[in-house]
Amino acid sequence: MIQHPGILALLVASGIVSLLLAAAGWQGFRILLGWDLHSGSEVQLDLERRTYLVSTLVANALLIQILSLFLFIFTADGLHNQFVGAMCAAGSLAVNAYGYPTLLMKVATCLLAGVWLVLHRADTQGYDYPLIRPKYLLLLVLVPLVLTETWLQLSYLTGLKADVMTSCCGSLFGQGRQGFAAELAGLPPRLMQPVFAGTFAVLVATGFLLLRFRRGAGLFSALSLAFLLVAVASLISFFCLYIYELPTHHCPFCLLQREYGFVGYPLYATLLGGAIAGLGVGALNLFRSRESLTTVLPPLQAHLAWTTLILAALFTLIVGVWMALSPLRL
Amino acid sequence: MRPPLQRYRNILDFALSSLLRRKGRNLALISVYTLVVFVIASLVFFVQALKREAHELLAQAPDMVVQRMVAGRHDPVPLAQVEAIRSIRGVDGVQARLWGYYYDPVFGGNLTVLATEDPALAPDAIWIGQGVARSMRVREGDLIPLRGYDGQSTLFSIQKVLPESSELVSSDLVLMAPKDVRALFHFPEGLATDLAIQAGNPRELPTIATKIVELYPDSRPILKSEILRTYEAVFDWRGGLMVVVLGSAVLSFIIFAWDKATGLSAEERKEIGVLKSLGWESSDVLLLKFWEGTVISVTAFLSGVLLAYAHVFFFSASLFEHALKGWSVLFPRFRLIPALDGYQLTVLFFLTVLPYTAATLVPSWRAATVDPDAAMRS
Repeated sequence: MIQHPGILALLVASGIVSLLLAAAGWQGFRILLGWDLHSGSEVQLDLERRTYLVSTLVANALLIQILSLFLFIFTADGLHNQFVGAMCAAGSLAVNAYGYPTLLMKVATCLLAGVWLVLHRADTQGYDYPLIRPKYLLLLVLVPLVLTETWLQLSYLTGLKADVMTSCCGSLFGQGRQGFAAELAGLPPRLMQPVFAGTFAVLVATGFLLLRFRRGAGLFSALSLAFLLVAVASLISFFCLYIYELPTHHCPFCLLQREYGFVGYPLYATLLGGAIAGLGVGALNLFRSRESLTTVLPPLQAHLAWTTLILAALFTLIVGVWMALSPLRL
Repeated sequence: MRPPLQRYRNILDFALSSLLRRKGRNLALISVYTLVVFVIASLVFFVQALKREAHELLAQAPDMVVQRMVAGRHDPVPLAQVEAIRSIRGVDGVQARLWGYYYDPVFGGNLTVLATEDPALAPDAIWIGQGVARSMRVREGDLIPLRGYDGQSTLFSIQKVLPESSELVSSDLVLMAPKDVRALFHFPEGLATDLAIQAGNPRELPTIATKIVELYPDSRPILKSEILRTYEAVFDWRGGLMVVVLGSAVLSFIIFAWDKATGLSAEERKEIGVLKSLGWESSDVLLLKFWEGTVISVTAFLSGVLLAYAHVFFFSASLFEHALKGWSVLFPRFRLIPALDGYQLTVLFFLTVLPYTAATLVPSWRAATVDPDAAMRS
């Protein structure tokens, strides 16, 4: 393992997140088992108090998880010059088999934790804890995922070994590792440009349907996830070429660097936020028939749908402006 | 102002006044917290600044250095290799370097003696670095004796002391004519210490290095990128090691914070009881606790970072200098270039504020969910 302060910070953060979520999961499990709203017993009162603890723990864990997602990418990026052949985070993450799985798990847990917080918000607005069971079941799904992510990250970070000079031979060439995917190959822009435009248009159209006629929440939710995937694929395929002003550089991580005005942060933040809100719309839709939620859900869903649409439009606007201003023409 | 915002503002107001009411206790907490942030921040800033210095230093270094190995030891290179290497495609220039170390018994330090072909250098004269001038207490125009391989001293006149701006690279440097270097060390003609190679395209360096090894299997090419990588790894390792050592300090601080947060005084319990009976909800009290924690964290974090900044960049990190920089008699005097970036601050935040926040979550919840009547009755 490389004893880089950033790596230590990541380990501390994932340790804390695991601890918080494991504690929250345990409390959630107890709540699931013993919950009886109609009882006025001591146990039930105690469980009701514990719901505050769980939501505080998960909210904090989610915040740390999102921050550590960016810290993870940034640290991987900062380490690239310690590995032969790595040009940026794309190369550092490929150093061992755990790099990319860790990144994907981090994104997945961020999305799920975000959906959990949406459910929690709806739950606190209904008078009879309407979502208590689904909420804590989801939490019990989230906990093992986060623990897996912690394990993956630990395996990745402890498996890193800097290619330092050796005494027998100064150079590592020839015996160095081959086949770093330092240059990610993107899907052809000719294909991705219409796909991106189409997904965005359909997302906006279903959003309009949802806001106007309160229909198609499930479809909208699925599309918001699809938009996230298509947008990342488009980013790799062609948006980043305009940002880097290089027709061959397909890296999704260099966007986060100073040279490109840290444009990656707003881009990924809008994508992640939009997907969380969009998935939240669909998740809430499953419970629209609960009596205590009938008046609460529609405004909350509309609010979330607006969030998704605005963030998706913001993403498109940023990359659009960048494309228009870029001297590169494909 | 919108009502929800007003609510946050009121709770923040209340949090500030309740912190002020318990001045002594909170000041103690903040000062310990600040100290922890200060120590770790000094470390992170210092390591980062040293890495930057190393980068800037090596920016001027040759792309590749070729040494010759004999029995696993570094040995002089025959000058005949210069032409052969120059003819390799992609090589821009090859320079045979002649240099060595000279141990001065009087002040007990090693000088780096380097041959220069600079026509401005007068015969029998030398140029010396600031560090050499300082240790030997000499100035331009003075004469200094250097003991040769055979024990005979030779007098050299100091023509120039190298400017301070280059001190980081030239502190222990003595520049002299090649023939003087050969005479001083009895260095055979036709050999050089090593070869410095410049390449037009740095991407071709590994190929060039492979060709050199094929041509001369006893040679050892070292790329600039490898040196950089090794420096990075060494500095990271030193910094990381210190952070691990300081981990115990952070841990004890966390226990301290946990203890402070758990041990609610009777007065505080009563206060929360009164608030709740006035209609505050558990979530409001949690918010209050959150703001209290935020105020404490932000104050301690900012003051710790500012103190560390002053410590590292104005006082050259006098507390850790020796542990991190290494040790030498002829150490260059230099002041680190002040620089801060978001990444370092984020790392610091992760290492200090997150553990504190996590440690105070459960105690805050416990405080927020006390029963009003039980709290007031106690």
